[in-house]
Amino acid sequence: MKKRLFKHYSKRDYKAFIYLMPWLIGLLVLQIYPIVSSLYYSFTDYRIGGTPVWVGLQNYIRLFTEDSEFTKALAVTLRYTVTTVPLKLALALAIAMFLNRNIKGINLIRTVYYIPSLFGGSVAISLLWRVMFQDNGVINAFLGVFGMDPISWLGDKRYALNVICLLEIWQFGSSMVMFLAALKQVPSSLYEAASIDGAGKFTKFRKITFPQITPIIFFTLIMQLITALQAYTSAQVITNGGPLKSTYLLGMKLYAEGFSYFRMGYASAISWIMFLIILIITLFLFATSKKWVHYEDEGDF
Amino acid sequence: MRKKNKTLDKFFSYLIIVIIGLVLLYPIIYMFFGTFKSNEEIFGSTKLLPESFSLVNYIEGWTGTAMSYTKYFANTALMVIPTTLLTVASSAFVAYGFARFRFPGKKILFGVLVATLMLPNSVLIVPRYLLYNQFGWLDSYMPFYVQALFACNSFFVYQIVQFMRGLPKDLDESAYIDGCGTFRVFWQILLPLMKPAIFSAGLFQFMWTYNDYFNPLIYLNSTNKYVISLALRSTLDAESVVVWGKVLAMAFVAVIPLVILFFAAQKYFVEGIATSGMKG
Repeated sequence: MKKRLFKHYSKRDYKAFIYLMPWLIGLLVLQIYPIVSSLYYSFTDYRIGGTPVWVGLQNYIRLFTEDSEFTKALAVTLRYTVTTVPLKLALALAIAMFLNRNIKGINLIRTVYYIPSLFGGSVAISLLWRVMFQDNGVINAFLGVFGMDPISWLGDKRYALNVICLLEIWQFGSSMVMFLAALKQVPSSLYEAASIDGAGKFTKFRKITFPQITPIIFFTLIMQLITALQAYTSAQVITNGGPLKSTYLLGMKLYAEGFSYFRMGYASAISWIMFLIILIITLFLFATSKKWVHYEDEGDF
Repeated sequence: MRKKNKTLDKFFSYLIIVIIGLVLLYPIIYMFFGTFKSNEEIFGSTKLLPESFSLVNYIEGWTGTAMSYTKYFANTALMVIPTTLLTVASSAFVAYGFARFRFPGKKILFGVLVATLMLPNSVLIVPRYLLYNQFGWLDSYMPFYVQALFACNSFFVYQIVQFMRGLPKDLDESAYIDGCGTFRVFWQILLPLMKPAIFSAGLFQFMWTYNDYFNPLIYLNSTNKYVISLALRSTLDAESVVVWGKVLAMAFVAVIPLVILFFAAQKYFVEGIATSGMKG
């Protein structure tokens, strides 16, 4: 331990900082400075062109007590997140496990399943969704073939958010490719040993497969949560937050306050709530990860 | 008996695989054929094929509302290509610093790098906007370039560091003995070996920037700076009756570059995801 503390660095080692320089500048100017200042702005009344006026917790109090649009958006965003992330990951994992055997053409299958992830979050595909889920669109036409009544997918507040969730879940391919790669890494000797001990399929999954791929599940889970909590494009294009604000996400609220009304202080407060939610969830996952995430090495290098 | 079961099993596996594949691709196929349809054909029908393969939607759609898609594509290239190249260059450079040197504070700085992976864009966007406003960079592609130049998407740095950990350090050591400087080691020895990681980072940055809608919406406001994502969205508001065939035609055109890129370089896409754990 002592040896490590007083480790000698050569002159060459200090050159590392030359290479780190672009990132260090970016970190200070474009990451740390913005975080600190958005925290500060969140306690101010700050309109663009004016100067920030300290108002204490007023923005936060207003968000939670007076601004029903915000609390509603918060609820919609949480619903969106807890719907899309688990379903997407479960589907990705299930299909990855299904494909994890000796089948011919696995490369082609992977490619095809990946295609939706290629442009899933784009405006182009959101527009497509908007066409398909119109009242007289192709989805309802198919329902008609089966003798079902058309559903007002985008006009009924019970369904609109689900249509947007579906677009996200449709893009399970990228997570699937990751899981598939992780599954290939699981040593087959473990399964052989388990077979000798008479373990069934479910036991093998619970005791071998799942623990072995937990690091990648953990990483994907966090990344997907962060992305989902900030979702914007699909809801903006498909329903524009309607009907009755049932698809109005926090990202849209942030955009409206910050870049339509230019209430920078208030928008910063919203962004900090989003950040805190992400922070709490991430810290919670990290805290529990010792119990369920299994690392082979300690990640030292 | 056993053998027959196995064949049957295989048959059902492939059947399921094909069904899932069709469900996944159906929207895209539908979009392609929809580009030839009129509103009457699109709505109220399950028919996939259009009555005729007329290119009128493409021709009329391309003209655009405010400007033609030639301009939008040129703008998109102007935004996406430099951003991608700068990201790749800066990320590889920084990753080299992390992966190949032992320096004081390395653990902490690498921890910070990983932590910034989880930093949401939304908490940075307001101050960044104000900053760019002061620098006079709004309504230009500078915000995208600058963030790329300073490796702000730490994801790619992380990805390349992970890749470099797999390259033997003896390479560097023997080059140092031969009298190479650190930059030559990076440029002449490691960079050629890092090609897969660099390609993969470039592809993902290209894809994400190309698809991005939120950031262009915030940073760009005059129509002659519009990129494709903004142009596509604006078609909905431009006309009182939306000609969906035209919208789909342009949406399809917008998707084509990604598809070409994907099939040309799918090896790097899939390996990139598999090796580092990709979001999105």
